[in-house]
Amino acid sequence: MWKERSLGLLAPFLGLLGFVLLWSLVSATNPQLPGPVSTWASAVELFKDPFYQNGPNDQGIGWNILNSLARVGIGFGMAALVGIPVGFIIGRVKFFNDMLAPIISLLRPVSPLAWLPIGLLVFQKAEPAAIWVIFISSIWPMIINTAVGVSRIPQDYLNVARVLNLSSWKMFTKILLPATLPYVMTGVRLAIGVAWLVIVAAEMLTGGVGLGFWVWDEWNNLNVEHIIIAIFVVGLIGLLLEQFLLLLASRLRTE
Amino acid sequence: MDSSKYVQLEHVDMVFSTKKGPFQALQEVNLNIAAGEFITLIGHSGCGKSTVLNIVAGLLNHTSGVALCADREIRGPGPDRGVVFQNHSLLPWLTCFDNVYLAVDRVFAATESKAQLKQRTQEALAMVGLTHAEHKFPNEISGGMKQRVGIARALAMDPKVLLMDEPFGALDALTRAHLQDELMKITAATHKTVIMVTHDVDEAVLLSDRIVMMTNGPSATVGEILKVDLPRPRNRLALADNPTYNHYRADVLRFLYEKHTHKEAA
Repeated sequence: MWKERSLGLLAPFLGLLGFVLLWSLVSATNPQLPGPVSTWASAVELFKDPFYQNGPNDQGIGWNILNSLARVGIGFGMAALVGIPVGFIIGRVKFFNDMLAPIISLLRPVSPLAWLPIGLLVFQKAEPAAIWVIFISSIWPMIINTAVGVSRIPQDYLNVARVLNLSSWKMFTKILLPATLPYVMTGVRLAIGVAWLVIVAAEMLTGGVGLGFWVWDEWNNLNVEHIIIAIFVVGLIGLLLEQFLLLLASRLRTE
Repeated sequence: MDSSKYVQLEHVDMVFSTKKGPFQALQEVNLNIAAGEFITLIGHSGCGKSTVLNIVAGLLNHTSGVALCADREIRGPGPDRGVVFQNHSLLPWLTCFDNVYLAVDRVFAATESKAQLKQRTQEALAMVGLTHAEHKFPNEISGGMKQRVGIARALAMDPKVLLMDEPFGALDALTRAHLQDELMKITAATHKTVIMVTHDVDEAVLLSDRIVMMTNGPSATVGEILKVDLPRPRNRLALADNPTYNHYRADVLRFLYEKHTHKEAA
């Protein structure tokens, strides 16, 4: 038992070790790229004071993270508020499905950043434009997964609803919602992943306080250690968001 | 109202439209069922016995003919007809209590207090002997118990007619026998009219007042109706050696395997 567990930890440890070794090797042959040691030292320095404020273009890493998370939260939240109900409607009503399917198929493959100019044009400001990009890129997985979930509700449950003559409200709360919840949660998880993927790129273009702009700023300062740190921070937060939603989904599991 | 015709099917046809064109599942089904009667529908698979049941349940609309329950045309599902599904169809996210309560709530919430609704739910679960499991979820109980909850859910609506679509088909022989005995007790106590679909000859003879034997589809219809004149309460052990019982049993077998052998099975 103890042996198995330590073996289970060994593989990921070896993977990380290999990664760090490879990184050291590349940085040793390429002096422009900082190695793990100098990056670590820089990170320790950076996280000593994560919430300093030194004017709009020089703020602590903590502020950058919180600002990026806030944009994702707002954009993703609005996408959920619109996308999940739309998913329910097109999953339930064939007419709306037929009506919206071509639009969804057309717009879904569009690269998120292609929406940025439209956002800038309509909102005239960088901040809502960035949120708009998050909104439009994270709405599709939620619409599609919810609609699929609704259309896959077993006929048995629908027959039960008919035999019990359930009201529309009871039908929704007791059958539709619980039966589709796993699909909705999958959509939410995919959407958050997309949103977090897109935010760095969007912020690079729109500026302001946030991880993406920070990366761009440090590139202009040629502070490559900070760029590498940003990559790890983005990855780690993405991982945490994913894990949190997986945990939430397993808590909400209905079967 | 003529109580010998509580459920009435006259000249009922059922045509399904399929990709290969119309499929006539039922043709000229005529059947009168008296109040309080226990009827089984038996026949080979694909003979449309579930279709007949679903027409009475209001889940399917017959193509032509007349389907009446208590002299009223059947236009959809209603609380006067409780349905027990083949695969229990409990909602997995609700406890046994809540599954039954959902049915009670729909039928009686307008006229009764919360306490009365709760009591009805508990009574229905007690009737199938599941008081101890009321707070369990369906995936925490056995297949036989799930089917009991399904029966409790149907009974809790206090329907006049209980419609059962092979309710014990998925259960092992011992559990099935046990539930058959309980069903006989429940129907004796409540005087429900029951229509049950089955493919089990012993089950049909043991439970029924009349056995409706259906011909093979397509265009299936009622072949013969066998009146089972055995006194109640019936005891499966005593009946095993009863010549009348075995005579009925042989009649049904003869119908199924001599007169209407399933084409694919032959």
